[in-house]
Formats: sequence, C-alpha cells, structure tokens
Amino acid sequence: MNDTILDIYTRMLRIRRFEEQVGKLFSQGQLPGFVHLYIGEEGVGAGVCAALRTDDYIVSTHRGHGHFIAKGGDLNAIMAELFGKATGCCKGKGGSMHVADVSIGMLGACGIVGGGLPMASGAALSARLRGTDQVAVTFFGDGASNEGSFHETLNLASALKLPVLFVCENNQYGEFTPADKAMNIKDVADRAGSYGIPGVIVDGTDALAVYDVTTAAVARARRGEGPTLIEAKTHRRSGHAEGEEAFLAGQQYRSEDEKAAAQAKDPILVLRSTIIKQEIATAEQLDELDRDVTQAVAEAVAFARASADPAVETLYEDCWI
Amino acid sequence: MARKTYIAAIKEALAEEMRRDSTVFLIGEDVRIGVFAGTRGLHAEFGDLRVIDTPISELAVAGAGVGAAATGLRPVVDLMFGTFLYLAFDQLANQAGAMRYMYGGQVKMPLVYMVQNGGGISAGHHHSQAVHPFFMNMPLIKVVFPSTPRDVKGLLKAAIRDDNPVVFLNHIALGGQRGEVPDNDEIIPLGQGEIKREGRDVTICAAGMMVHTALKAAAKLAEEEVEAEVVDLRTLKPWDEELVLASVAKTGRFVALDESYPVCGGASEWCASVAEKGFASLKAAPQRVSNKPVPMPFSPVLEKAVIPSVDDVVAAVRKTLS
Ligand SMILES: Cc1ncc(C[n+]2csc(CCOP(=O)(O)OP(=O)(O)O)c2C)c(N)n1
Ligand SMILES: [Mg+2]
Repeated sequence: MNDTILDIYTRMLRIRRFEEQVGKLFSQGQLPGFVHLYIGEEGVGAGVCAALRTDDYIVSTHRGHGHFIAKGGDLNAIMAELFGKATGCCKGKGGSMHVADVSIGMLGACGIVGGGLPMASGAALSARLRGTDQVAVTFFGDGASNEGSFHETLNLASALKLPVLFVCENNQYGEFTPADKAMNIKDVADRAGSYGIPGVIVDGTDALAVYDVTTAAVARARRGEGPTLIEAKTHRRSGHAEGEEAFLAGQQYRSEDEKAAAQAKDPILVLRSTIIKQEIATAEQLDELDRDVTQAVAEAVAFARASADPAVETLYEDCWI
Repeated sequence: MARKTYIAAIKEALAEEMRRDSTVFLIGEDVRIGVFAGTRGLHAEFGDLRVIDTPISELAVAGAGVGAAATGLRPVVDLMFGTFLYLAFDQLANQAGAMRYMYGGQVKMPLVYMVQNGGGISAGHHHSQAVHPFFMNMPLIKVVFPSTPRDVKGLLKAAIRDDNPVVFLNHIALGGQRGEVPDNDEIIPLGQGEIKREGRDVTICAAGMMVHTALKAAAKLAEEEVEAEVVDLRTLKPWDEELVLASVAKTGRFVALDESYPVCGGASEWCASVAEKGFASLKAAPQRVSNKPVPMPFSPVLEKAVIPSVDDVVAAVRKTLS
C-alpha cells in the first residue's frame, strides 16, 4: 500500500507542477488557444487512475491535462501538444482540449462538455465483446451532468450492465454558474438511483479515499455487475480557463471566502501530511521528489520549445486510411 | 456615428431590442457574465426574468426557445460556440425550421440562435468550426453572418424583429474589431448584401471574416491593377443572389470565398447559382475558395493552412484572369 500511496502522490505532483508551468506559460502568451487547469482536483484523477490498469480506458474532458498525466502520459508529449508542436501526443493537431494517448488507454480529452460519456460506454462494450476484463472510466464535471449525454449514457450503461465508471468531478461550478443554480439537487450521485446503479460520494481532495471507492467500483465492473457513478467533491483552485481575471473585467462569480476555502483544502498537502505522519516517506524525500518532478516539467518545456511546428504537408496526414 | 467594437455593437442591439419589445428575452449558458461579452451587463438592466442563465443543456435550451417562440415571445438563445448547436440539432432541424409549415401556418417562430462561428483562434476542433452550411441546408431557417460592427448591430436587430427562426453567427475572431456604428435605430434587412468595395474586373463574394480576407486580397490585386469587387452577403440565407449576379454581369468573373468545407459549402452554393443564372456574363470558370476538408487542427501553422488566406484568394482571382 505504501508504494501505491507514493505512486498516487507522484501522479498528483506531476499534474500540479505541470499545470503551474502551463499557467505561467499561458500568462506569458507562449501557448496558443486557451487552457483549463486541473489545479486542486489532482486527487480525483490520480486516485482513480492509480486504481486502473494501463489497459483500462479513460475518457477525459476539456480539463484533461491531469487525466492524461494521471494515466501515465508522457510530460514531453503533452507539453509539446500544448505548444502545437509536431512532437506532441497528437502531432499538434489536438491541443489542450484534445490530448490523447491511446497506447495507455487515454482515449482523449474532449472540448464538448458531456461529449466523453457516450464513448466510454462504447469502450466498455468493446471490452465485453472482445472478452477482456478491461473497464472504462469517464471523467466529467458537475455541469456536464446536466447534458442529455449523461442521462442517456448512464441509462444505456445500466441497461447493458457495462463495465464503466462515471466519475463526476464536482467542483461546484460550470464555467461561472454555481452548480446549485444549475440543478436542484445537492449531490450528482443522487442521479444514479434513477438509472438503477450505485452512486457513491467521495471527498475528492482525499486521493486515498478516491482510490478506495474506485478500486471497489472497478472490481464490481470487472465482475460484470455494471456501472457505478462516483461523485468526487472537489475544488477548482484556478479560474475556469486561464486568463479569467482579464476576461471577467472585474465581474465576480465566487466569493473571496469560497476561494480561500478552496485554497485551504489542497489535496497535495493533505496527502503529503498523511505520508509524513504514517512515515511512508520523510519530508526531505518528498521535497526531493518535488525537485525531480519540477525538473521533468522544465525538461518538457525545453523539449516542446525545441520541437518543430508540424509541416504543412501533414495537414492531410491521418485522414482516410 | 461612433467607433465601436463588434461585441459592443451586439450588446447595443440586444439592449435596444429588449427595451423596445418586452417579449424579447435572452437565454443561455452564462449570459449574465457574458462569455463573449455581447450579453454582459444586460442582466443588470433587464433582471432575472429576461436574462436567464441555464444549465449546460443545449438541446433543452434550444427547444425552450422553440416553445417560447411558438407561444408569443421572441427568444434570443445564446449557445456560445457554433459547434454547441450540434447538440441542439434536433430542435432546429425538426422543430424550429419546420413547425410553422408542418402545422399549416398555425404558429410563428420569431427565434434567434446566436453563436460564434469559424476558426482562427487556435482553440482546436471542438471550438473552431464554421457551422453555417448545416443551417443553410435546413429549410426555412435564416442564416446571418455579419462582418462589421455596423452590420452586426443592424442585422441582429432585424433578426430579433423577424418572425422566422434565425441562426445568427458572430465570427469568433471579429469580436474586438472596431468600426463606425450609426447612433440611430438602423435596421439592415435580412437577405440584403452590400458591396464593400467596388471593382470592374472580378467579383469576390464572402461573409463574416472572409469579407476582410477578400478586402485584403482586393487591395493586393489593386497593386497589379486588377480591380476586384467585394460583395458581403451578410445574410447567407436568404442570400442576395440579385446583387451577386448584377456584380458578375459587370465583371464577368466570379470567386466564391467561404470559410467552410467545399462540399455543400457556401462557396459551392454561390458558384452553382452564378453558373446557372449568370453563365452568359462569365468570361472564365467561377472559382471556389473554401476551407481544406479536414477537422480543424490546433497548431496555428496548420490552422492557418486550413482557412482561406489572402494568397488563396489572389490565386483564385488570377485563375479567372488567365
Ligand atoms: C456542449 C458544450 N457546451 C458548453 C461548453 C462551454 N463550456 C466549456 S467548459 C464548461 C463548463 C463545464 O462545467 P463542468 O462540466 O462542471 O466542468 P468544469 O469546467 O467545472 O471542470 C462550459 C459550459 C462546451 N465546451 N461544450
Ligand atoms: Mg464543474
């Protein structure tokens, strides 16, 4: 278990340092397009993915860097993708909202809110038809749970008893609209009941708790008992998208108290203190890990910068076979 | 006249129409905050009842617009990006565009769907598509795609006053563009194009961002003493076929420029009409300039290669001259 805990912590730290760097690069105008950071939500992606095998599938969201990294994605490949370079995980064709690495079961981020859920049920169906015990996981937000695709897919997956996990990252906002203005229930997990599947609530800032509920849901799915909806309560510490302050031009959508509360519950600090308290590793060891991760992120930036733009001739590559 | 941004012009049109007619209301995701700022500040004036933030549920919101329009209101449904209209397709294709006809004229459908259209901001495939041909293909849905602050204001006001369903497309990369906007209550009728630059040698027809590309191409061509006439369609359906044919009758050459795919795209439609009805005046085969037929790549280098460039337009014009 100690190895698993350190593994989860490492995944979280890789996400955090990566995202901090992305935020910096974006504010310096070095990245094309726009980026949605996963800072504050690392416990969910890391806790879930640590409970999966490499050949299990995940389908991600517009806030997908963390999922990519949590599933074991290469930092160089994702950083280069964010720069739009030929060496990126999608050869520069996807970008921040479309990072993917199918070789490790990361079936892709998705710019369409709720767009990932239906695909995940297909991957789960595929596993069943191919006779494997793989499972599929789809991440999505509280906001996405108001899309028709959520409701249709939960029902379909339940009716067909598919080996799929629905992981709702409830960060309490869809863009600038608070979840309680967009739905008249407190817990997205309540929706599971209407589709006849279990709905589990977990503290998303507690990565180990996320790992535990995921492990149970994966086991259930592998046993052929069908899908589970996991609702991880979490906080988005950054803006909806980077550059939000300038864009909002003084408009406020969450109070300072709320922001402070979100900052106070840092999933990385929570796990760090557990690790130190349980003497799984020392503070010095964790600091060293941090330096290694920070170094790896810096190398990813250097790699991305040194990489070439895609050649215009690649425009028609990867079309029809 | 004052110089204003495209976004400011949208906001003015919305505010003026909402003041003028209490049946006009605004509904969509984050319309209070105003993701594209065109709806920003309206909540303060018009309140909860008429500026309505919704859950992220495009199909439901689009359909709520249909129901409200059929029962006497004038909804403006803001769905942010053109691609999000895909999630609402059923309500547009099967209901909004068809209801009046299907029910033998029993209802009116004064409904506006407002979204950002087109690419050029490196946002990746899900946020960079030009979606207008889909809606040009739906019977009885009007499609508007303005290129300037003045046009966006006058056309949006016309769209809101129109009794038919209108898909109103703001070009995603034009929001900050500045231009003269009249202070009076100018209404630009739907279906009326405008000649944005006169010329005798070749007609270039376009809408949205491509009007600016056409104007740049025309400036470049002028250095070679080729005078291009640029027709801004402004409304894509119904479109000002007469204006285009009259221009082609004068120039004898035609380049259709559209930021969408060549198959069943805007340029194909305009070329077909010119070939069919303006054949006698043509001195050369009409040319289409369209997006390259691939999903929109993220890399700025590749994205640039997908969207028609000034050079693409100049090359097409040269073809008509050779
Ligand atoms: C179909 C669709 N509608 C709207 C949007 C615009 N949009 C992007 S992210 C977002 C909020 C999503 O909220 P949530 O699902 O809670 O995810 P979070 O951003 O909080 O992680 C919205 C509305 C979109 N990308 N796709
Ligand atoms: Mg959310």
